[in-house]
Amino acid sequence: MKVSKIFFSLLAPVSAIIFSLGVGAIVLLIVGINPLDAYGQMVSFSADSTSFASSINKAVPLYVSAVAVAIGFQMNLFNIGVEGQYLIAAMFAGWVGTNVVLWGPLHITVIILTAVIVGAIWAGIAGALKVTRGVNEVISTIMLNFIAFSAIAYLLANTFSVESESLNLSTGKLPDSALLPNLNFLITMFGFNEPRGIEIPGFLVIAILLGIAYYVLVWRTRFGFELRISGMNPGSARMAGVNPKKMVFYTMLLSGGVAGLIGLSTLMGKLGAYTQDFPRGIGFTGIAVALLGRNHPVGMALGALLFGVMDRAALVLKLEGIPEEIVVIIQGVIVLAVVVAYEIVGRIVAAREVTAAAEALKASNGAEVAA
Amino acid sequence: MTTTTREPMVEMDGGKQKWSKWGLMLVIFLVSMIGLSAIQEIAGTSQLTSSGTWGAALRLTVPILLAGLGGLYSERAGVVNIGLEGMMIAGTWFGAWAGWQFGPWWGVAFGILGGAFFGLIHAVATVTFGVDQIVSGVAINLLAAGAMRFLSVVTYTIGSGGGATQSPRIQGFIQTFDIPLLSPFLQSIEDKEWFFFSDTAGMLGGFTTNVSWLTVIGLLAVPITTWLLWKTAWGLRLRSVGENPWAAESLGVPVMRMKYWGVVISGALSGLGGAYLVLVQAGIYREGQTGGRGFIGLGALIFGNWIPSGVLAGAGLFGYADALRLRQASAVHALLLLIAVLLAAFALWKLYQKSYTAAVSMGVFAILFYLWWALTDEVATEVVTATPYIATLLVLSLASQRLRMPAADGIPYRKGEAH
Repeated sequence: MKVSKIFFSLLAPVSAIIFSLGVGAIVLLIVGINPLDAYGQMVSFSADSTSFASSINKAVPLYVSAVAVAIGFQMNLFNIGVEGQYLIAAMFAGWVGTNVVLWGPLHITVIILTAVIVGAIWAGIAGALKVTRGVNEVISTIMLNFIAFSAIAYLLANTFSVESESLNLSTGKLPDSALLPNLNFLITMFGFNEPRGIEIPGFLVIAILLGIAYYVLVWRTRFGFELRISGMNPGSARMAGVNPKKMVFYTMLLSGGVAGLIGLSTLMGKLGAYTQDFPRGIGFTGIAVALLGRNHPVGMALGALLFGVMDRAALVLKLEGIPEEIVVIIQGVIVLAVVVAYEIVGRIVAAREVTAAAEALKASNGAEVAA
Repeated sequence: MTTTTREPMVEMDGGKQKWSKWGLMLVIFLVSMIGLSAIQEIAGTSQLTSSGTWGAALRLTVPILLAGLGGLYSERAGVVNIGLEGMMIAGTWFGAWAGWQFGPWWGVAFGILGGAFFGLIHAVATVTFGVDQIVSGVAINLLAAGAMRFLSVVTYTIGSGGGATQSPRIQGFIQTFDIPLLSPFLQSIEDKEWFFFSDTAGMLGGFTTNVSWLTVIGLLAVPITTWLLWKTAWGLRLRSVGENPWAAESLGVPVMRMKYWGVVISGALSGLGGAYLVLVQAGIYREGQTGGRGFIGLGALIFGNWIPSGVLAGAGLFGYADALRLRQASAVHALLLLIAVLLAAFALWKLYQKSYTAAVSMGVFAILFYLWWALTDEVATEVVTATPYIATLLVLSLASQRLRMPAADGIPYRKGEAH
């Protein structure tokens, strides 16, 4: 029983990944590139300490993003606004960070809190609109994304930027005391080479703590229980005394607060500032990772790592003259394939349960007749 | 915006009501033109009603309109489509590629096909496999952006004059036309700078001078959609699937097939919108050219209450604001005064209706907009960029009682579910 459960929960994501790699291979074949060669290059390129560090670097914000999305998913709330929430949060956090002078750890705390609060406020608008005016959160968060982009463009150009020689608008470098130390010792202590030009972000620790906190909150607390039953069956949740409006609002706040953390591994790591070319799109890819990992803290970690490795491995393709965008295609196909696969596996499992129940019934009926 | 505009289907005694509807529209038109002319005089700009602004507004309206109409077909068939943006991106790429290879009208055809292809993917995922429609839409946006970049790298980087983020220039262009006699006549009146008359002539001139045939096709999509969806048996079936698929299936409507039609047409129209951006506006494909217009189309769809003429109104409003921003950013400042006046008029109307809270809140907003106009010299362009999104949020939160989306919109349906 246990084995078949694990088999079925792994069946969907694994087959989706294989299917997507297959689609990628066909696309490569069409444009006249040997897919085995391309994939082989990607695998061998991934196996060194610099690539490892880079993959972790990419996976950490993705993981945080996936957790933010997953919190909403737990009660069927779709927060597409993670993208806008993390960008505007990172900008405010960068601005506050450069404008206060504090003792190091306190400084870091203030930056993190700013990001969490700004992210929560931005998502809270959608939450408030949903509970007071019945506005669908999908539409409101899409609109809030674009409003956030405009607000960022305006504030960065007019209010938050500092004088600098480069044309790249920026909130200014954070002082070293406000940056998180890198974790490169994790690699060197096992005797591997120090990664070149890239660091394992100190934020990794916070991301792991976040994953644990997410697990405890959702599966080990009363709030998490109410969250999950509201998602599974809103009607009976209400009958059991759960206030749906309160749940929606708090869930959006929580999701937005976590979304606020996404940009921090970059902000308080290598980049040290919010700039015009701050990495974008993590909010949307986070949706893919949450789907792939099925909202489970470990599943999402594996999903984020997979996407991180793929992003890193894409670089070698460029060196080989293969369009690196094939990776984006594969990732996009994964999203679609994984939800389709879950749907199909769900139907198979449901059919098996029906058959099993029918057979059990038949057996017991047979026993009765015999008696 | 009375009840007549909400559901053309339930309009029983057509004749009399229709006349009053047209009369009402004429009155609204005259009042707003006089208002625009007056505001223009006070604010000292000529861009609010110049033929150039109206022409640009028309060209910026059409892509939003097409995306919005695309969303209409899909959502009327009960499938939410937030992949409009991705389908539009496919339209820009394929439109440019075929336009470069074979000429602009081939670009139109390929743009439509490119959008329809991604529409088909959305249909397979959501209709056949019953996948969450939002998830599929997000995936399509990711996939389309990545796939088009991939195609650009494969096709344009070697020896075409294009690159990874843009195509070479397309061959030729879509023909444009002036209406003989009328266009020069309107131009001459516009040059006279008579109050109201020149402004109206500017608007009509902008709509009749240098008009692309593709614009005409885009605008024709509105009456064609109304006719198709509300006057044909096919349209009734499509809408019934979006309202109540269980009942529709029990009456023998092929629910799955109708949903496929809705979603694929949705992609085709968005693709046409993308091709329009390339073939009429830019003459070239650039990455990120759609600039969120698919989502603005979604906004126009909501703003327009899921009916074609409403989508046109929403798209027109967003297109006009965008045109002003592009032509003369300072003219946008004058719009603040217009909004203040409109809000004040609305407040008086509410006062007349004796709903005092609404009157007071409208009045307060009118004063705030007036102060914004009086105390500043210009409006940041970012505010204009965000306008469609803010407007959509406001409509959703303030007028949600008047909005009526298809009843089964977004609900996955499995064949034979009702039995």
